[in-house]
Amino acid sequence: MDDNKILEIKDLVVHYITDEGVVEAVNGFNVELNKRETLGLVGETGAGKTTTALSILRLVPNPPGKIISGDIHFNGENLLEVEEERMRQIRGNQISMIFQDPMTSLNPVMTVVEQIAEGIRIHQEVGAKESIERAETMLELVGIPKERANNYPHEFSGGMKQRVIIAIALACNPSLLIADEPTTALDVTIQAQVLELMRDLKKEFSTAMILITHDLGVVAEICDKVAVMYAGEIIEYAAIEDLFEEPKHPYTVGLFGSIPSLDKNVNRLDPIKGLMPEPTDLPSGCKFHPRCPHADPICSKQDPLTTDVGGNHQVRCLIYEGLVEPKEVL
Amino acid sequence: MTEAILKVAGLKKYFDTPKGLLHAVDDINFEINKGETLGLVGESGCGKSTTGRLILRLLKATDGSVSFEGKDIINMGKKDLARMRREMQIIFQDPFSSLNPRLSVSEIIGEPLIIHKIGDQDKISIQKEVSRLMDTVGLSQSLINSYPHELDGGRRQRIGVARALSLNPKFIVADEPVSALDVSIQAQVLNLLQDLQEEFGLTYLFITHDLSVVKHISDTIAVMYLGKLVEKAPSSALFENTMHPYTKALLSAIPIPSLKVKRDKILLKGEIASPINPSPGCRFAPRCPYRMDKCDNIDPELVEIEKDHFVSCFLFDK
Amino acid sequence: MDNKEMINGIEVKTTKKRSQLAEIWRRLKKNKLAMVGLGILIILVLFAIFANVIADYDDVAIQQNTAIRRQGPSSSNWLGTDHLGRDIFARIIHGSRVSLLVGFVAVGFALIIGGLLGAIAGFYGGRIDNTIMRIMDVFLAIPSILLAIAIVAALGGNLFNLMIAVGVSSIPRYARIVRASVITVKDEEFIEAARAIGATDSRIIRKHIIPNALAPVIVQGTLGVAGAILSTSGLAFIGLGIPKPQPEWGAMLSDGREFLRHAPHITTFPGIAIMITILSLNLLGDGLRDALDPRLKQ
Repeated sequence: MDDNKILEIKDLVVHYITDEGVVEAVNGFNVELNKRETLGLVGETGAGKTTTALSILRLVPNPPGKIISGDIHFNGENLLEVEEERMRQIRGNQISMIFQDPMTSLNPVMTVVEQIAEGIRIHQEVGAKESIERAETMLELVGIPKERANNYPHEFSGGMKQRVIIAIALACNPSLLIADEPTTALDVTIQAQVLELMRDLKKEFSTAMILITHDLGVVAEICDKVAVMYAGEIIEYAAIEDLFEEPKHPYTVGLFGSIPSLDKNVNRLDPIKGLMPEPTDLPSGCKFHPRCPHADPICSKQDPLTTDVGGNHQVRCLIYEGLVEPKEVL
Repeated sequence: MTEAILKVAGLKKYFDTPKGLLHAVDDINFEINKGETLGLVGESGCGKSTTGRLILRLLKATDGSVSFEGKDIINMGKKDLARMRREMQIIFQDPFSSLNPRLSVSEIIGEPLIIHKIGDQDKISIQKEVSRLMDTVGLSQSLINSYPHELDGGRRQRIGVARALSLNPKFIVADEPVSALDVSIQAQVLNLLQDLQEEFGLTYLFITHDLSVVKHISDTIAVMYLGKLVEKAPSSALFENTMHPYTKALLSAIPIPSLKVKRDKILLKGEIASPINPSPGCRFAPRCPYRMDKCDNIDPELVEIEKDHFVSCFLFDK
Repeated sequence: MDNKEMINGIEVKTTKKRSQLAEIWRRLKKNKLAMVGLGILIILVLFAIFANVIADYDDVAIQQNTAIRRQGPSSSNWLGTDHLGRDIFARIIHGSRVSLLVGFVAVGFALIIGGLLGAIAGFYGGRIDNTIMRIMDVFLAIPSILLAIAIVAALGGNLFNLMIAVGVSSIPRYARIVRASVITVKDEEFIEAARAIGATDSRIIRKHIIPNALAPVIVQGTLGVAGAILSTSGLAFIGLGIPKPQPEWGAMLSDGREFLRHAPHITTFPGIAIMITILSLNLLGDGLRDALDPRLKQ
């Protein structure tokens, strides 16, 4: 593993075992992340984004969740093999996570400064006083004046709460930050402020980041590379320029067609037909074939492999294996 | 087709709260032409949903008038109002909470038919009408006996659309109808709404926080901030010649899914102020990068700067 | 569960129409513990109904026989005899009639009155709400067992008065639950949706509010029956129950108190009967809580 690489996930498979059947939440997930890089994890509800993130922290609820196989190498350690005790040292200290809902991820009966200091005290050998001081510095860094340090979460608006959560996540200077839809619950003008803040802090702390989102706009703002997930698999993985300029997979193309554009006028959007498949009853072959405009009989039989189409742009589609003729130019 | 079907004038809604009077909607005026779509945009708490509910009289207005095809909605009697419900309908934001979990799909879509005694009231006729409506909104007939919790967000929202359509209304308030849906499903529902508009000549008040959605679907766009309209213009004019500083900031804040188009970000200071006992000046003044002294004391009127393009800002005083 | 149906002349496959009750039953069946609770309860009810077939009231449950008093379990007296030589098994079975009857009737009575008051308070709000709920608060301030004692003491101890006494003191509890659940449901968007399609108040209450507000009430009611049985026994224990010699579980406990050291079975068996009944009701109540919520996917 070269020095620059911070995270490498290989063939990760996570299942949820429920009464109704086995949900293949993540199915053969491969990703590499370098220091200071930001990876966007894009997909719709149920694509397996959050499960992937929770697997990295080994927080997949068990039961019903189970990490079936795979490796997650983080700074030279395989996180799926280390002791629980070691994992606790890593969580919140070297890898931290920001959750989607700023309203519920803070403890309502603790002041915000205490909540930031708590993490510092757990992971670093500092006294109460110093941890509070450092927490106050963190607050100022995320743009909250020191005077408000002793306020309770309910005294802050949604955007401010999300800032506090970012402060908690960065308090121990982690080398990897996982942000699960960090701005989805916020208004656009507040979202712009928070994204700006995250961009600045990422630079300042030289943190690598995995940003989970359904919003390709947010990805364009902040990410270096993107993995598009569909039904538990990465169906396209590329540097951001390649993905936005030349999306290859029919699903990615469909996603772009679904977003109303501010610059072009179209009479009708060009959405992907159909719905996400039932997680307990995934289609055979390519998981996307029932919704794919280019689908061929072979698509329902053969599981596509990951194909490199050049420049580390990977696509999982039989078109790029030369087995299917696209119906029109992609 | 320039006849206004809905006229809203001086509409106000104040809520009494323990902290003071909350100005949810404060003196707004607009008209919607028959067969057109007015997009009402704003961030959470700006009063856009309240406006929609005032128009349908799901809430009682504090002051002002709403007239639909010349009839006064605000002071209408109970009987007339019940009849009006057939003409004006609503689609809700949350397809999870807007459907009664104990009713099946056919019961939900059929309920308006029973309430208003539309068509034959025997079971088979209602069932037939329900399945016709399900067809119209693209719901598979096999779901007729399902319960809402068994379905995904997109399908539930289609149930909501079918319920609204069952009365054959002329006007529909769509309150964030696609915000809770995934992008690919969102596009399907937007297309459905547009198809239905063409087919039935519907008029929409489309309430949303998403400027790209509103641009796609609206003929006219009105931007709301803290209970007031700050800018109103035909869709293309609003985007090509954005005037109000808030609209500009809102537009620049949208993350664009493209690397080629990059806007200069106007990052607003602070957050939306409280709508409780607002100060007399312009509501946007505390966050406005162009604030002048008089903005703190005088509230600018919504005036027509160009043809059909209304702005309430002193920057455009002639 | 697919069946074929003709819609507009086209044959389509639809999922079979299932009623709400069938759905609830399907979900309840999955909960093993709730089914155990239900099973025990059914057996208890059957015992109560066929008490006279199992053991004659006059000959076995009431008839004193000093020759065989305070005897332990044997083949002729399965659960032994009490201090007056009466068969404990027979007395428990006949006693279950009183306990179950008082439990269910008292809760039913409290539920109807309390539910109605709570629903009115919740739906209309404002002054009506305030008046009703403050009266309920006054009731709540009186310890319920004390209230029951007062009522039985004033009206005299018979079955009917016992039901009233136990019921009245739990009215405020149901009023509160129903009010809270009506208020929650009232603010749901589907109520607004019903208003938007022109539904009248009465239709909204009948079709939309009541079915959705009922679940917590039914659950609380089931648990409440257990509480009422306990209260009845409590009242009987302090001598304020059904007149003797009619068997009643609480009174049996009270009677056996003096012989606890030498003949513990006299108190143990009625105690176990109370425990099993309450346990079964609680298990069923917990199961119902989950089964009644259609949104909980299992």
